[in-house]
Amino acid sequence: MNPNKPVTAQAISSKEGGFTLGPLQMGPACCDPEPVIEVENLSLRYGDKTALDKVTLDIYRGCITALIGPSGCGKTSFLSAINRLTDLIPNCVIGGHIRVDGQDIHTTESNVQALRQKVGMVFQKPTPFPLSIRRNLSLPLCEYGVTRRSEIDAISEQVLRDVGLWDEVCDRLDTTALALSGGQQQRLCIARALTLRPKILLMDEPCSALDPMASGVVEDLISRLQGHYTIVIVTHNLAQARRIANYAAFFWVKERAAGQLIEFGRCQHIFESPTDPLTAAYINGTRG
Amino acid sequence: MLKTNARRWRHFYLDRLVQIFVYLAVLTVCAVFLWILVDLLRGGFAHLSWNFLIESPRDAGRAGGIGSILVSTMLILLVALGAALPLAWTTAALLAEYVPATSKFGMLVRYSLQVLAGVPSIVFGLFGNAFFSIYLGLGFSILSGGLTLACMLLPILVSTAEAGLRAVPDSYRLSAAALGMTRAATLIRLLLPIAAPALAAGLLLGIGRAVAETAALLFTSGYVDRMPGSLLDSGRALALHIFDLSMNVPGGDVPAYASALVLVAMLLCINIFAMQLVQSWQRRNTILE
Ligand SMILES: Nc1ncnc2c1ncn2[C@@H]1O[C@H](COP(=O)(O)OP(=O)(O)O)[C@@H](O)[C@H]1O
Ligand SMILES: [Mg+2]
Repeated sequence: MNPNKPVTAQAISSKEGGFTLGPLQMGPACCDPEPVIEVENLSLRYGDKTALDKVTLDIYRGCITALIGPSGCGKTSFLSAINRLTDLIPNCVIGGHIRVDGQDIHTTESNVQALRQKVGMVFQKPTPFPLSIRRNLSLPLCEYGVTRRSEIDAISEQVLRDVGLWDEVCDRLDTTALALSGGQQQRLCIARALTLRPKILLMDEPCSALDPMASGVVEDLISRLQGHYTIVIVTHNLAQARRIANYAAFFWVKERAAGQLIEFGRCQHIFESPTDPLTAAYINGTRG
Repeated sequence: MLKTNARRWRHFYLDRLVQIFVYLAVLTVCAVFLWILVDLLRGGFAHLSWNFLIESPRDAGRAGGIGSILVSTMLILLVALGAALPLAWTTAALLAEYVPATSKFGMLVRYSLQVLAGVPSIVFGLFGNAFFSIYLGLGFSILSGGLTLACMLLPILVSTAEAGLRAVPDSYRLSAAALGMTRAATLIRLLLPIAAPALAAGLLLGIGRAVAETAALLFTSGYVDRMPGSLLDSGRALALHIFDLSMNVPGGDVPAYASALVLVAMLLCINIFAMQLVQSWQRRNTILE
């Protein structure tokens, strides 16, 4: 691990009311890659169906890592393993190690709540709760012991500004979040994840349920988050991966087999000079 | 050309026919309700007065009012809901959120509730009499009547609440989990508010049944028509009062009509009040579209 840990992130505390997108996460993020999530020999089974086989991969701090590959190759499963949403699936068995900030997350003493605070998630379909916009943002905060109204309001405003939603909704915070458009709903979900000040954001095809305009807005937002958060994004849109990602990981699944990581590297490298013929075929649209 | 024309005519007439039947059905339903209402109003409205609502009945109900009866009815209802609601909603939460839908235990609980729902109310009355009145020594009292009603309401309260919780999409549970919310917090802060309209609907059904219940109370809360002094006193419920007046008291028809009118008005009020409650709740929290 990198010895010069960042101190800037901690310096900003809620008490000073200074919650913002904040400083970049340590250093020149992508020139001097420091792994924040280390995945080692990760295997994942649903009952007797193996979804992922021996995936080893480092996710670098402050960078955007795109996961690409055909449907069913285990990208969603990979994300769910990182924030332990797989715990909710009764017959899901995980092998190997995942370390977040150097701590193994699948040991018995690791704390799921602390993990999920640190690792936020955004789903494919926007899932705002059918409550008011304000309540959507305050619910997770209540859960982590933030109860002062003024503090909640300050954080809500900040995250809404961060996702560029404040001007659109500031006069209707108490109306239902379901009245928002699809793109606004998805940005609200990102804002909701940001309320907990995560370090890592997992995004499972965040744009694929949106129309092209809304998709573009969300994509721009994700680019802006780069450097402030470590982002792992699943996308079927290769052009999008190319535009926003620093790193790319290519997953593949053979008939009746488990999903595998085929190739991982700098985005440019994966898209312009892939080493594996499968990757090249997928990128060029001749396979998958 | 001719053929398509014929078909078009046939469709037209079929459409009309279905329309007429639908309107007829709706009209019939409304007519039945109106008829009952008009009948009640004609028979009892003249007898209604402020004194009728607050005085205790005299001369077996031929004279006086229904003040003590109303108080007993409310007390029985409160006891029943106070006992049944916590039990029913906890059970529903357990069945919907904590027990897998296919588990043996869940099936067993659901099956028992189904059987319970099919038991005639007179049987609840006999059971309540044997268990609460005699075995637990509560005698003929508002308490035993209320608790008997609570048993009767359990199935309806549990099944409506469980259905309401199950209707909440799983994506909300997943999102809540991803935000680090515990299952308990998800249930209390998210799922119950979302399911509130369903809970309220079940509650309404329950209140409706409780207020209209006669047979289950006959042997448990009894038919003493004095003002109850405590929950351990016997108290006569409104529906039972109507039954008694019309079956056992010659010349009790007019007060029976008036009491029935009060009962119907009460049910209407409860309905409207609960609707308002749900609406304001939704406006504040969960406007579902
Ligand atoms: N809850 C589950 N139970 C059983 N099998 C599952 C479950 N979720 C996913 N799978 C299987 O695991 C494989 C990987 O799925 P997934 O991670 O969703 O892939 P992707 O997101 O890349 O499309 C698929 O074959 C899928 O059928
Ligand atoms: Mg997927």
